[in-house]
Amino acid sequence: MKFTEEHEWLRKDGDIVVVGITTHAAEALGEIVFVELPDADTEVAKDDDVVVIESVKAASDILAPLDGEIVEVNEALVENPGMINDDPQEGAWIFKMKLSDPSEMDALMDEDTYKAHIA
Amino acid sequence: MTDLLKTPLFDLHVSLGAKMVPFAGYDMPVQYPMGVMKEHNHTREQSGLFDVSHMGQVKIRAKSGDTRDAALALETLVPMSIAGVAANRQRYAFFTNDAGGILDDLMVANRGDHLFLVVNAACKDADIAHMRAHLSDVCDIEVIEDRALLALQGPASEIALARLSVDVAAMKFMDVVTTEILGAECWVSRSGYTGEDGYEISVPNNKAVKLAEALLGMEEVAPIGLGARDSLRLEAGLCLYGNDIDTGTTPVEAALTWAVQKIRRTGGDRAGGFPGADVILAQFDDGAARKRVGIQPAGRAPMRGGTALFASETSSDQIGEITSGGFGPTVQAPVAMGYVPTELAAIGTEIFAEVRGKRMPATVAAMPFTPANFKR
Repeated sequence: MKFTEEHEWLRKDGDIVVVGITTHAAEALGEIVFVELPDADTEVAKDDDVVVIESVKAASDILAPLDGEIVEVNEALVENPGMINDDPQEGAWIFKMKLSDPSEMDALMDEDTYKAHIA
Repeated sequence: MTDLLKTPLFDLHVSLGAKMVPFAGYDMPVQYPMGVMKEHNHTREQSGLFDVSHMGQVKIRAKSGDTRDAALALETLVPMSIAGVAANRQRYAFFTNDAGGILDDLMVANRGDHLFLVVNAACKDADIAHMRAHLSDVCDIEVIEDRALLALQGPASEIALARLSVDVAAMKFMDVVTTEILGAECWVSRSGYTGEDGYEISVPNNKAVKLAEALLGMEEVAPIGLGARDSLRLEAGLCLYGNDIDTGTTPVEAALTWAVQKIRRTGGDRAGGFPGADVILAQFDDGAARKRVGIQPAGRAPMRGGTALFASETSSDQIGEITSGGFGPTVQAPVAMGYVPTELAAIGTEIFAEVRGKRMPATVAAMPFTPANFKR
Protein backbone atom coordinates (compact mmCIF):
# COMPACT_ATOMS: atom_id res chain seq x y z
CA MET A 1 0.00 0.00 0.00
CA LYS A 2 1.21 3.52 -0.86
CA PHE A 3 0.21 6.85 0.68
CA THR A 4 -0.06 10.49 -0.44
CA GLU A 5 0.49 13.70 1.51
CA GLU A 6 -3.25 14.28 1.06
CA HIS A 7 -3.90 11.24 3.28
CA GLU A 8 -5.06 8.87 0.58
CA TRP A 9 -3.98 5.26 0.29
CA LEU A 10 -3.45 3.41 -3.00
CA ARG A 11 -3.39 -0.35 -3.36
CA LYS A 12 -2.42 -2.18 -6.57
CA ASP A 13 -5.00 -4.71 -7.75
CA GLY A 14 -3.83 -6.16 -11.06
CA ASP A 15 -3.54 -3.30 -13.55
CA ILE A 16 -5.73 -0.91 -11.57
CA VAL A 17 -5.23 0.84 -8.22
CA VAL A 18 -7.82 1.08 -5.46
CA VAL A 19 -7.94 4.46 -3.65
CA GLY A 20 -9.35 5.50 -0.29
CA ILE A 21 -8.57 7.78 2.64
CA THR A 22 -6.42 6.77 5.57
CA THR A 23 -7.61 5.91 9.05
CA HIS A 24 -5.81 9.05 10.22
CA ALA A 25 -7.79 11.19 7.74
CA ALA A 26 -11.11 9.55 8.65
CA GLU A 27 -10.50 10.19 12.34
CA ALA A 28 -9.55 13.81 11.69
CA LEU A 29 -12.67 14.42 9.58
CA GLY A 30 -15.06 13.02 12.18
CA GLU A 31 -18.33 11.26 11.39
CA ILE A 32 -18.82 11.34 7.62
CA VAL A 33 -22.39 12.10 6.52
CA PHE A 34 -22.15 12.68 2.77
CA VAL A 35 -20.05 11.45 -0.14
CA GLU A 36 -20.25 12.75 -3.70
CA LEU A 37 -18.57 10.46 -6.20
CA PRO A 38 -17.43 11.18 -9.76
CA ASP A 39 -18.78 9.22 -12.71
CA ALA A 40 -16.87 6.10 -13.60
CA ASP A 41 -14.89 6.49 -16.85
CA THR A 42 -13.66 9.98 -15.92
CA GLU A 43 -10.21 11.10 -17.06
CA VAL A 44 -8.45 12.88 -14.20
CA ALA A 45 -5.18 14.72 -13.69
CA LYS A 46 -3.19 14.62 -10.44
CA ASP A 47 -4.69 17.00 -7.84
CA ASP A 48 -8.07 17.36 -9.62
CA ASP A 49 -10.94 17.50 -7.11
CA VAL A 50 -12.70 14.21 -7.70
CA VAL A 51 -14.69 13.40 -4.57
CA VAL A 52 -16.43 15.52 -1.92
CA ILE A 53 -16.65 14.17 1.61
CA GLU A 54 -18.66 15.99 4.23
CA SER A 55 -18.41 15.24 7.90
CA VAL A 56 -20.43 16.66 10.78
CA LYS A 57 -17.78 19.37 10.86
CA ALA A 58 -16.93 20.42 7.31
CA ALA A 59 -16.62 19.57 3.63
CA SER A 60 -13.35 18.20 2.23
CA ASP A 61 -12.21 17.48 -1.30
CA ILE A 62 -10.45 14.29 -2.22
CA LEU A 63 -7.89 14.85 -4.98
CA ALA A 64 -6.86 12.52 -7.75
CA PRO A 65 -3.58 11.06 -6.46
CA LEU A 66 -2.05 10.67 -9.94
CA ASP A 67 -3.01 11.07 -13.61
CA GLY A 68 -5.30 8.40 -15.01
CA GLU A 69 -8.89 7.28 -15.49
CA ILE A 70 -11.41 6.52 -12.80
CA VAL A 71 -12.89 3.16 -13.78
CA GLU A 72 -15.16 2.32 -10.84
CA VAL A 73 -16.59 4.10 -7.79
CA ASN A 74 -17.86 2.62 -4.52
CA GLU A 75 -21.57 3.40 -4.80
CA ALA A 76 -22.23 1.82 -1.39
CA LEU A 77 -20.68 4.93 0.22
CA VAL A 78 -23.48 7.16 -1.10
CA GLU A 79 -26.07 5.27 0.94
CA ASN A 80 -23.76 4.64 3.86
CA PRO A 81 -21.10 7.37 4.18
CA GLY A 82 -20.28 6.24 7.72
CA MET A 83 -18.50 3.18 6.25
CA ILE A 84 -15.51 5.48 5.75
CA ASN A 85 -15.24 5.91 9.52
CA ASP A 86 -15.79 2.22 10.20
CA ASP A 87 -13.46 0.67 7.66
CA PRO A 88 -11.48 3.40 5.86
CA GLN A 89 -8.56 1.32 4.62
CA GLU A 90 -10.45 -1.74 3.37
CA GLY A 91 -14.21 -1.91 2.71
CA ALA A 92 -14.66 1.83 2.28
CA TRP A 93 -12.45 2.19 -0.79
CA ILE A 94 -13.64 5.22 -2.73
CA PHE A 95 -12.67 4.71 -6.36
CA LYS A 96 -10.55 2.53 -8.61
CA MET A 97 -8.36 4.05 -11.29
CA LYS A 98 -6.16 3.06 -14.15
CA LEU A 99 -2.96 5.07 -13.93
CA SER A 100 -1.57 6.79 -17.03
CA ASP A 101 1.91 5.86 -15.82
CA PRO A 102 1.82 3.04 -13.24
CA SER A 103 5.46 3.67 -12.34
CA GLU A 104 4.47 7.02 -10.75
CA MET A 105 3.07 5.06 -7.85
CA ASP A 106 6.60 4.08 -6.81
CA ALA A 107 7.35 7.69 -5.85
CA LEU A 108 4.56 7.78 -3.22
CA MET A 109 5.17 7.17 0.48
CA ASP A 110 5.32 3.68 1.91
CA GLU A 111 3.53 2.93 5.16
CA ASP A 112 6.47 3.72 7.45
CA THR A 113 7.15 7.03 5.71
CA TYR A 114 3.45 7.95 5.95
CA LYS A 115 3.37 7.07 9.64
CA ALA A 116 6.35 9.34 10.19
CA HIS A 117 4.62 12.02 8.09
CA ILE A 118 1.53 12.10 10.35
CA ALA A 119 3.40 11.60 13.63
CA MET B 1 -2.21 36.19 18.46
CA THR B 2 -3.38 37.04 21.96
CA ASP B 3 -3.53 34.33 24.57
CA LEU B 4 -6.79 32.47 24.74
CA LEU B 5 -8.77 32.69 27.95
CA LYS B 6 -9.49 29.52 29.87
CA THR B 7 -12.64 28.64 31.78
CA PRO B 8 -12.39 27.04 35.24
CA LEU B 9 -13.09 23.68 33.56
CA PHE B 10 -10.15 23.88 31.12
CA ASP B 11 -8.03 21.22 32.84
CA LEU B 12 -11.05 18.94 33.16
CA HIS B 13 -11.74 19.22 29.40
CA VAL B 14 -8.15 18.34 28.61
CA SER B 15 -8.18 15.39 31.02
CA LEU B 16 -11.37 14.13 29.35
CA GLY B 17 -9.57 14.11 26.00
CA ALA B 18 -11.37 17.10 24.50
CA LYS B 19 -10.21 18.65 21.26
CA MET B 20 -9.79 22.32 22.17
CA VAL B 21 -10.38 25.16 19.70
CA PRO B 22 -10.41 28.95 19.91
CA PHE B 23 -13.96 30.29 20.28
CA ALA B 24 -14.81 33.92 21.09
CA GLY B 25 -11.38 34.40 22.67
CA TYR B 26 -11.58 31.25 24.81
CA ASP B 27 -9.93 27.86 24.46
CA MET B 28 -13.06 25.68 24.35
CA PRO B 29 -13.85 21.98 23.80
CA VAL B 30 -15.30 21.40 20.32
CA GLN B 31 -15.67 17.67 20.93
CA TYR B 32 -14.66 14.86 23.25
CA PRO B 33 -13.54 11.35 22.25
CA MET B 34 -17.22 10.31 21.88
CA GLY B 35 -17.42 12.49 18.72
CA VAL B 36 -19.91 15.13 17.57
CA MET B 37 -22.63 12.80 16.36
CA LYS B 38 -22.71 10.56 19.43
CA GLU B 39 -22.52 13.60 21.71
CA HIS B 40 -25.51 15.07 19.87
CA ASN B 41 -27.51 11.85 20.19
CA HIS B 42 -26.54 11.41 23.83
CA THR B 43 -27.93 14.86 24.61
CA ARG B 44 -31.24 14.10 22.86
CA GLU B 45 -31.55 10.71 24.60
CA GLN B 46 -29.87 11.17 28.00
CA SER B 47 -28.11 14.23 29.40
CA GLY B 48 -25.19 16.29 28.15
CA LEU B 49 -22.98 18.62 30.17
CA PHE B 50 -21.74 21.74 28.39
CA ASP B 51 -19.23 24.30 29.63
CA VAL B 52 -20.66 27.68 28.67
CA SER B 53 -18.55 29.67 31.11
CA HIS B 54 -17.31 31.85 28.25
CA MET B 55 -20.71 33.54 28.19
CA GLY B 56 -21.15 36.80 30.05
CA GLN B 57 -23.04 36.92 33.34
CA VAL B 58 -24.26 40.33 34.47
CA LYS B 59 -26.37 41.59 37.37
CA ILE B 60 -28.43 44.75 37.01
CA ARG B 61 -29.69 46.32 40.21
CA ALA B 62 -31.84 49.46 40.45
CA LYS B 63 -30.27 52.23 42.51
CA SER B 64 -33.78 52.82 43.91
CA GLY B 65 -33.89 49.26 45.23
CA ASP B 66 -37.00 48.53 43.17
CA THR B 67 -36.25 45.89 40.53
CA ARG B 68 -39.10 47.23 38.39
CA ASP B 69 -36.99 50.38 37.87
CA ALA B 70 -34.14 48.23 36.56
CA ALA B 71 -36.59 46.37 34.31
CA LEU B 72 -38.01 49.58 32.88
CA ALA B 73 -34.49 50.89 32.31
CA LEU B 74 -33.51 47.71 30.46
CA GLU B 75 -36.66 48.08 28.36
CA THR B 76 -35.03 51.17 26.80
CA LEU B 77 -32.49 48.79 25.18
CA VAL B 78 -34.63 45.73 24.33
CA PRO B 79 -38.10 45.37 22.74
CA MET B 80 -39.24 42.94 25.45
CA SER B 81 -41.51 43.34 28.43
CA ILE B 82 -38.89 43.05 31.15
CA ALA B 83 -41.17 44.56 33.78
CA GLY B 84 -43.51 41.69 32.92
CA VAL B 85 -40.99 39.03 33.90
CA ALA B 86 -42.23 37.73 37.27
CA ALA B 87 -39.80 37.04 40.09
CA ASN B 88 -37.97 33.73 39.57
CA ARG B 89 -38.76 33.71 35.86
CA GLN B 90 -36.57 34.23 32.78
CA ARG B 91 -37.19 35.57 29.27
CA TYR B 92 -35.36 35.57 25.91
CA ALA B 93 -34.39 39.08 24.76
CA PHE B 94 -32.15 40.97 22.35
CA PHE B 95 -30.49 44.36 22.29
CA THR B 96 -31.44 46.36 19.19
CA ASN B 97 -29.68 49.27 17.47
CA ASP B 98 -31.10 52.46 15.95
CA ALA B 99 -31.40 50.80 12.52
CA GLY B 100 -33.55 48.02 14.02
CA GLY B 101 -30.70 45.49 13.85
CA ILE B 102 -29.78 43.08 16.62
CA LEU B 103 -26.68 43.81 18.74
CA ASP B 104 -26.85 40.56 20.71
CA ASP B 105 -29.39 38.09 22.04
CA LEU B 106 -29.54 37.21 25.71
CA MET B 107 -31.50 35.77 28.62
CA VAL B 108 -32.92 38.02 31.31
CA ALA B 109 -33.96 36.55 34.67
CA ASN B 110 -35.82 38.35 37.45
CA ARG B 111 -34.01 37.19 40.59
CA GLY B 112 -36.08 39.27 42.99
CA ASP B 113 -33.78 42.08 44.04
CA HIS B 114 -31.93 42.23 40.71
CA LEU B 115 -32.02 41.19 37.06
CA PHE B 116 -29.55 38.54 35.93
CA LEU B 117 -28.44 38.51 32.29
CA VAL B 118 -26.57 35.90 30.29
CA VAL B 119 -25.06 37.30 27.07
CA ASN B 120 -22.97 35.87 24.24
CA ALA B 121 -19.22 35.57 24.79
CA ALA B 122 -18.27 37.37 21.59
CA CYS B 123 -20.54 40.33 22.42
CA LYS B 124 -20.16 40.58 26.18
CA ASP B 125 -17.69 43.47 26.31
CA ALA B 126 -19.79 45.52 23.91
CA ASP B 127 -23.00 44.61 25.75
CA ILE B 128 -21.57 45.67 29.09
CA ALA B 129 -20.29 48.97 27.67
CA HIS B 130 -23.71 49.52 26.05
CA MET B 131 -25.54 48.94 29.34
CA ARG B 132 -23.09 51.07 31.33
CA ALA B 133 -23.52 53.91 28.83
CA HIS B 134 -27.32 53.84 28.90
CA LEU B 135 -28.40 52.43 32.25
CA SER B 136 -25.86 53.76 34.76
CA ASP B 137 -28.05 56.66 35.91
CA VAL B 138 -30.70 54.27 37.16
CA CYS B 139 -28.84 50.99 37.68
CA ASP B 140 -25.66 49.45 38.96
CA ILE B 141 -24.17 47.06 36.41
CA GLU B 142 -22.17 44.26 38.01
CA VAL B 143 -20.20 41.92 35.77
CA ILE B 144 -19.94 38.49 37.38
CA GLU B 145 -16.36 37.28 36.91
CA ASP B 146 -16.22 34.72 39.73
CA ARG B 147 -18.78 32.28 38.33
CA ALA B 148 -18.71 29.53 35.74
CA LEU B 149 -21.78 28.54 33.74
CA LEU B 150 -22.68 24.92 33.03
CA ALA B 151 -25.55 23.69 30.88
CA LEU B 152 -27.08 20.29 31.55
CA GLN B 153 -29.34 19.38 28.64
CA GLY B 154 -31.46 16.41 27.69
CA PRO B 155 -34.37 14.37 29.03
CA ALA B 156 -32.40 12.76 31.88
CA SER B 157 -31.10 16.11 33.15
CA GLU B 158 -33.83 16.44 35.79
CA ILE B 159 -33.06 13.02 37.25
CA ALA B 160 -29.35 13.83 37.29
CA LEU B 161 -29.48 17.31 38.81
CA ALA B 162 -32.24 16.41 41.28
CA ARG B 163 -29.76 14.05 42.97
CA LEU B 164 -27.76 17.14 43.95
CA SER B 165 -30.58 19.60 44.68
CA VAL B 166 -34.13 18.97 45.84
CA ASP B 167 -35.25 22.30 44.34
CA VAL B 168 -34.77 21.67 40.63
CA ALA B 169 -37.30 18.92 39.85
CA ALA B 170 -40.32 21.17 40.43
CA MET B 171 -39.00 23.91 38.14
CA LYS B 172 -40.81 24.56 34.86
CA PHE B 173 -39.30 25.84 31.60
CA MET B 174 -37.83 29.33 32.16
CA ASP B 175 -38.08 29.17 35.96
CA VAL B 176 -35.03 30.31 37.93
CA VAL B 177 -34.05 29.41 41.50
CA THR B 178 -31.17 29.90 43.88
CA THR B 179 -30.23 26.56 45.37
CA GLU B 180 -27.30 24.99 47.20
CA ILE B 181 -25.52 22.28 45.23
CA LEU B 182 -22.56 20.45 46.82
CA GLY B 183 -22.17 23.29 49.27
CA ALA B 184 -22.15 26.04 46.64
CA GLU B 185 -24.80 28.69 46.01
CA CYS B 186 -25.97 28.05 42.45
CA TRP B 187 -28.26 30.13 40.26
CA VAL B 188 -30.22 27.66 38.18
CA SER B 189 -32.57 28.26 35.26
CA ARG B 190 -34.58 25.59 33.49
CA SER B 191 -33.56 26.54 29.97
CA GLY B 192 -30.91 25.92 27.37
CA TYR B 193 -29.88 25.98 23.73
CA THR B 194 -30.65 22.48 22.48
CA GLY B 195 -34.44 22.26 22.24
CA GLU B 196 -34.35 19.76 25.10
CA ASP B 197 -35.39 20.04 28.71
CA GLY B 198 -32.49 21.01 30.90
CA TYR B 199 -30.79 23.55 33.11
CA GLU B 200 -28.19 26.27 33.07
CA ILE B 201 -26.27 26.47 36.31
CA SER B 202 -24.23 29.47 37.43
CA VAL B 203 -21.73 28.12 39.95
CA PRO B 204 -18.79 29.78 41.77
CA ASN B 205 -15.55 29.27 39.81
CA ASN B 206 -13.92 27.38 42.66
CA LYS B 207 -16.83 24.90 42.87
CA ALA B 208 -17.34 24.41 39.13
CA VAL B 209 -15.03 21.41 38.68
CA LYS B 210 -16.56 19.63 41.67
CA LEU B 211 -20.06 20.11 40.24
CA ALA B 212 -19.01 19.05 36.73
CA GLU B 213 -17.27 15.93 38.06
CA ALA B 214 -20.28 15.01 40.21
CA LEU B 215 -22.56 15.26 37.18
CA LEU B 216 -20.14 13.45 34.86
CA GLY B 217 -19.92 10.66 37.42
CA MET B 218 -23.59 9.88 36.79
CA GLU B 219 -24.48 7.24 34.26
CA GLU B 220 -26.82 9.56 32.31
CA VAL B 221 -24.36 12.42 31.86
CA ALA B 222 -21.61 12.83 29.25
CA PRO B 223 -19.49 15.88 28.38
CA ILE B 224 -20.58 17.61 25.16
CA GLY B 225 -18.56 20.03 23.03
CA LEU B 226 -19.36 23.05 20.90
CA GLY B 227 -19.72 20.90 17.77
CA ALA B 228 -22.79 19.09 19.07
CA ARG B 229 -24.04 22.29 20.71
CA ASP B 230 -24.23 23.77 17.20
CA SER B 231 -26.02 20.81 15.58
CA LEU B 232 -28.45 20.60 18.53
CA ARG B 233 -29.39 24.28 18.37
CA LEU B 234 -29.66 24.15 14.57
CA GLU B 235 -32.15 21.26 14.69
CA ALA B 236 -34.01 23.21 17.40
CA GLY B 237 -34.26 26.19 15.03
CA LEU B 238 -32.42 28.47 17.45
CA CYS B 239 -30.40 31.41 16.15
CA LEU B 240 -26.65 31.69 16.55
CA TYR B 241 -25.71 35.33 17.01
CA GLY B 242 -23.23 36.38 14.32
CA ASN B 243 -24.55 33.75 11.88
CA ASP B 244 -28.34 33.91 11.80
CA ILE B 245 -28.87 37.29 13.43
CA ASP B 246 -26.64 40.35 13.62
CA THR B 247 -26.75 44.13 13.27
CA GLY B 248 -27.95 43.69 9.68
CA THR B 249 -31.05 41.67 10.56
CA THR B 250 -34.18 42.99 12.26
CA PRO B 251 -36.30 40.93 14.66
CA VAL B 252 -39.11 40.79 12.08
CA GLU B 253 -36.76 39.60 9.34
CA ALA B 254 -35.30 37.07 11.77
CA ALA B 255 -38.78 35.65 12.55
CA LEU B 256 -38.32 36.53 16.22
CA THR B 257 -41.58 38.47 16.48
CA TRP B 258 -42.78 35.96 19.10
CA ALA B 259 -40.11 37.36 21.43
CA VAL B 260 -41.56 40.89 21.32
CA GLN B 261 -44.47 41.05 23.75
CA LYS B 262 -47.65 42.89 22.68
CA ILE B 263 -47.16 45.53 25.36
CA ARG B 264 -44.05 46.80 23.48
CA ARG B 265 -45.73 46.81 20.05
CA THR B 266 -47.84 49.57 18.52
CA GLY B 267 -50.95 50.02 20.67
CA GLY B 268 -49.35 48.46 23.74
CA ASP B 269 -49.06 50.28 27.08
CA ARG B 270 -45.26 50.49 26.76
CA ALA B 271 -45.04 50.52 22.95
CA GLY B 272 -41.70 51.51 21.44
CA GLY B 273 -39.05 53.27 23.46
CA PHE B 274 -36.24 50.91 22.40
CA PRO B 275 -33.54 51.54 19.76
CA GLY B 276 -34.85 51.11 16.22
CA ALA B 277 -38.48 51.01 17.38
CA ASP B 278 -39.62 53.03 14.35
CA VAL B 279 -38.11 50.50 11.93
CA ILE B 280 -39.10 47.41 13.87
CA LEU B 281 -42.68 48.43 14.68
CA ALA B 282 -43.24 49.52 11.04
CA GLN B 283 -42.14 46.02 9.99
CA PHE B 284 -44.59 44.51 12.46
CA ASP B 285 -47.35 46.36 10.60
CA ASP B 286 -46.11 46.16 7.02
CA GLY B 287 -43.95 43.06 7.04
CA ALA B 288 -40.29 42.83 6.06
CA ALA B 289 -38.92 42.11 2.61
CA ARG B 290 -37.13 38.95 3.75
CA LYS B 291 -37.53 36.35 6.43
CA ARG B 292 -35.45 33.75 8.23
CA VAL B 293 -36.81 30.28 7.44
CA GLY B 294 -35.93 26.64 7.94
CA ILE B 295 -34.48 24.99 4.84
CA GLN B 296 -34.61 21.27 4.19
CA PRO B 297 -32.14 20.21 1.47
CA ALA B 298 -33.73 17.60 -0.81
CA GLY B 299 -30.58 15.52 -1.17
CA ARG B 300 -27.98 14.31 1.27
CA ALA B 301 -25.47 17.11 0.70
CA PRO B 302 -25.26 19.50 3.66
CA MET B 303 -25.84 23.17 2.76
CA ARG B 304 -23.59 25.22 5.01
CA GLY B 305 -23.61 28.85 6.12
CA GLY B 306 -22.81 31.23 3.25
CA THR B 307 -24.44 29.05 0.56
CA ALA B 308 -26.25 31.20 -2.03
CA LEU B 309 -29.98 30.63 -2.61
CA PHE B 310 -31.89 30.96 -5.87
CA ALA B 311 -35.58 30.83 -6.84
CA SER B 312 -35.05 28.27 -9.59
CA GLU B 313 -32.48 25.94 -11.07
CA THR B 314 -31.52 28.48 -13.73
CA SER B 315 -32.31 31.98 -12.41
CA SER B 316 -29.30 34.26 -12.22
CA ASP B 317 -30.38 36.52 -9.35
CA GLN B 318 -29.43 35.33 -5.89
CA ILE B 319 -32.45 35.60 -3.57
CA GLY B 320 -30.81 34.95 -0.24
CA GLU B 321 -28.28 32.98 1.70
CA ILE B 322 -28.04 30.10 4.14
CA THR B 323 -26.83 31.38 7.51
CA SER B 324 -26.43 28.05 9.33
CA GLY B 325 -26.48 24.55 7.97
CA GLY B 326 -25.09 21.11 8.42
CA PHE B 327 -26.06 17.53 9.06
CA GLY B 328 -28.78 16.96 11.66
CA PRO B 329 -27.96 13.74 13.50
CA THR B 330 -31.47 13.43 14.99
CA VAL B 331 -33.19 14.26 11.70
CA GLN B 332 -30.68 11.98 9.93
CA ALA B 333 -30.54 14.48 7.08
CA PRO B 334 -29.02 17.84 6.30
CA VAL B 335 -30.83 20.83 7.82
CA ALA B 336 -30.29 24.57 7.40
CA MET B 337 -31.73 28.00 8.03
CA GLY B 338 -31.36 31.19 6.07
CA TYR B 339 -33.02 34.28 4.64
CA VAL B 340 -35.36 34.31 1.64
CA PRO B 341 -37.70 36.96 0.19
CA THR B 342 -40.95 36.97 2.16
CA GLU B 343 -42.93 35.90 -0.93
CA LEU B 344 -40.83 32.71 -1.00
CA ALA B 345 -41.01 32.09 2.75
CA ALA B 346 -44.11 29.88 2.82
CA ILE B 347 -43.45 26.39 4.13
CA GLY B 348 -43.15 23.98 1.22
CA THR B 349 -41.75 26.51 -1.26
CA GLU B 350 -39.08 24.94 -3.46
CA ILE B 351 -35.83 26.88 -3.70
CA PHE B 352 -32.33 26.06 -4.91
CA ALA B 353 -28.95 26.34 -3.25
CA GLU B 354 -25.70 26.54 -5.15
CA VAL B 355 -23.37 23.93 -3.68
CA ARG B 356 -19.96 23.60 -5.36
CA GLY B 357 -21.30 25.26 -8.51
CA LYS B 358 -24.38 23.03 -8.76
CA ARG B 359 -27.97 24.04 -8.08
CA MET B 360 -29.43 21.64 -5.54
CA PRO B 361 -33.15 21.66 -4.63
CA ALA B 362 -34.36 22.42 -1.12
CA THR B 363 -37.67 23.18 0.55
CA VAL B 364 -38.65 25.93 2.96
CA ALA B 365 -39.42 23.95 6.12
CA ALA B 366 -41.02 24.48 9.51
CA MET B 367 -38.70 24.87 12.48
CA PRO B 368 -37.79 23.34 14.82
CA PHE B 369 -36.64 20.34 12.78
CA THR B 370 -36.94 18.23 15.93
CA PRO B 371 -39.84 18.76 18.36
CA ALA B 372 -39.02 20.84 21.42
CA ASN B 373 -39.00 18.83 24.61
CA PHE B 374 -39.43 21.47 27.31
CA LYS B 375 -41.04 20.96 30.71
CA ARG B 376 -43.92 23.44 30.52
